[in-house]
Amino acid sequence: MVSGVNASGGIDVAYVAHLARLKLTESEISTFQTQLRQIVSYVHKISELDLSGVEPTAFTGSIRNVFRADKVKTSLDRDRILRNAPAVVDDQFSVPRIVE
Amino acid sequence: MPGSAADMTMCTALDLLQAGKLSSRDLVRGLLDRIRNSDCLTGAYVDIDEADALRQADAADAARASGARGRLLGMPIAVKDVINVEGQSCRCGSRILEGYVSPYDATAIARLRSEGAIFVGRTNMDEFAMGSSTENSALKVTRNPVNPEYVPGGSSGGSAAAVGGGEAIAALGTDTGGSIRQPAAFCGCVGLKPTYGRVSRYGLTAFASSLDQIGPITRDVRDAAKLLEVIAGLDSMDSTTADRPVPVYTDLLRDTLTGVRLGLPREYFVKGMQPEVEKAVRSAVDVCRGLGAEVVDVSLPHTEYAIATYYIIATAEASANLARFDGVRYGLRVPGAKDPVEMYGTTRAAGFGPEVKRRIILGTYVLSSGYYDAYYVCAQKVRTLIRQDFDEAFRQCDALLAPVTPTAAYRIGERIGDPLVMYLGDILTAPVNLAGICAMSVPCGKTGQGLPVGLQILGPEFGESAILRVGYAYESARIA
Repeated sequence: MVSGVNASGGIDVAYVAHLARLKLTESEISTFQTQLRQIVSYVHKISELDLSGVEPTAFTGSIRNVFRADKVKTSLDRDRILRNAPAVVDDQFSVPRIVE
Repeated sequence: MPGSAADMTMCTALDLLQAGKLSSRDLVRGLLDRIRNSDCLTGAYVDIDEADALRQADAADAARASGARGRLLGMPIAVKDVINVEGQSCRCGSRILEGYVSPYDATAIARLRSEGAIFVGRTNMDEFAMGSSTENSALKVTRNPVNPEYVPGGSSGGSAAAVGGGEAIAALGTDTGGSIRQPAAFCGCVGLKPTYGRVSRYGLTAFASSLDQIGPITRDVRDAAKLLEVIAGLDSMDSTTADRPVPVYTDLLRDTLTGVRLGLPREYFVKGMQPEVEKAVRSAVDVCRGLGAEVVDVSLPHTEYAIATYYIIATAEASANLARFDGVRYGLRVPGAKDPVEMYGTTRAAGFGPEVKRRIILGTYVLSSGYYDAYYVCAQKVRTLIRQDFDEAFRQCDALLAPVTPTAAYRIGERIGDPLVMYLGDILTAPVNLAGICAMSVPCGKTGQGLPVGLQILGPEFGESAILRVGYAYESARIA
């Protein structure tokens, strides 16, 4: 089943918001539904073009691998990183329980 | 000396610092006074540490006294709230990064710092750089310094309002679809979006990684050239930076345009354009012709597809990049969740504003199963066509001249209720990011209401020398 589209042909905002881990209110869902229907129908404009034989561009410029010697280097200080964390236990990020 | 040091160009102030006629402390104090008087009106800054700014200024003055000679020694630079400066906040105009303190300098900041620049404050922006008016900031309202009823543009609205309103001599902004050039145009400043890969993105909080670039917002073209030559160049921390030498752009500025061929893309003089904007840009073209440039007509036939393409690609990349804001490593966490998935959902719901949510949903949708090929892959193909349009145009000329925006600044509140209308305002700037080329906004006049109009000068990949040369010659002729 292809999900993401609702009966009226617009985005199923509640479903896509779940994929994006965004808990929306009913009123947000309804506002976004209307706005995104309009935006999606606008961006659909690109389907007017004949794109057969056109290569996609993911980025511009040259891409290259960056290598360095496999030597230990100093990295950012752990305490300074952890100071930004909402919850820390034993020098580690703490989150709600994942498995029972 | 025009009024106060806070009104000088950066290069003028640097000459005075160098000659010992001005101290960094006096310069910074002058700016802080100006900020205290004006910021209640413009709201350009979201964070200022006066004591730290003066400490940095004193350190610069002491360094100069003991013989140090950095290219920007003692020069205060305002920084958009999306670029990390060690020890300062970096909230990206969002509630989700409340309390975050940068543990490191972005590469662009490190390069400015190594030349002696100092960092006075953080400037307001649309949340995560998503917006064209700075009205999407979760932190405060920023107003146009020319007329406070009007938006400063965005997303780098705080940087442009600060430079235009005399609260900063120079600033850094970022440009993903026009976010340096459009606010610079609205606030009467110069703003330059470098070629993709010219300036390192390390330490810039990512919005759309294949489109984002850091660049200068300044009082004149020479200052933009000066800042760019410091921040540009290869960086081992960003594999997309180009391995090619950085010219001394300030040495390449000339008063005439003899031998320069400029193109006018006919699709950029669009229907529905504000007549005063078109008139200001066309008279700028005449000035360039008078300076010796040859002007030819060119075509960029896929321009009308650029906004659709841009809003697919930028939101797709944003939906992936913003996955990192999950309440685990930094910023906000909404307590009380029974498992991590619930925590992500409630934290992101509370931390992100409506435009960010809208774009995450659109981006997730165009990447989702069943829509990926129809939207994302097709948009990438149209991106190829847009690039080819520019390649063809630059075979016929050295740079292109166009407006930055179809209209001058609009009133606060006028467009914020209609996202699509707001998106369409990016029609003349977003193609540059899709093609990865460079472009600059230079003031070219005012509307009858006194609102600034920007001339956009577009160059090919790594054509910064060409656009700076054109911008400088035009600006010199206009001021003379």
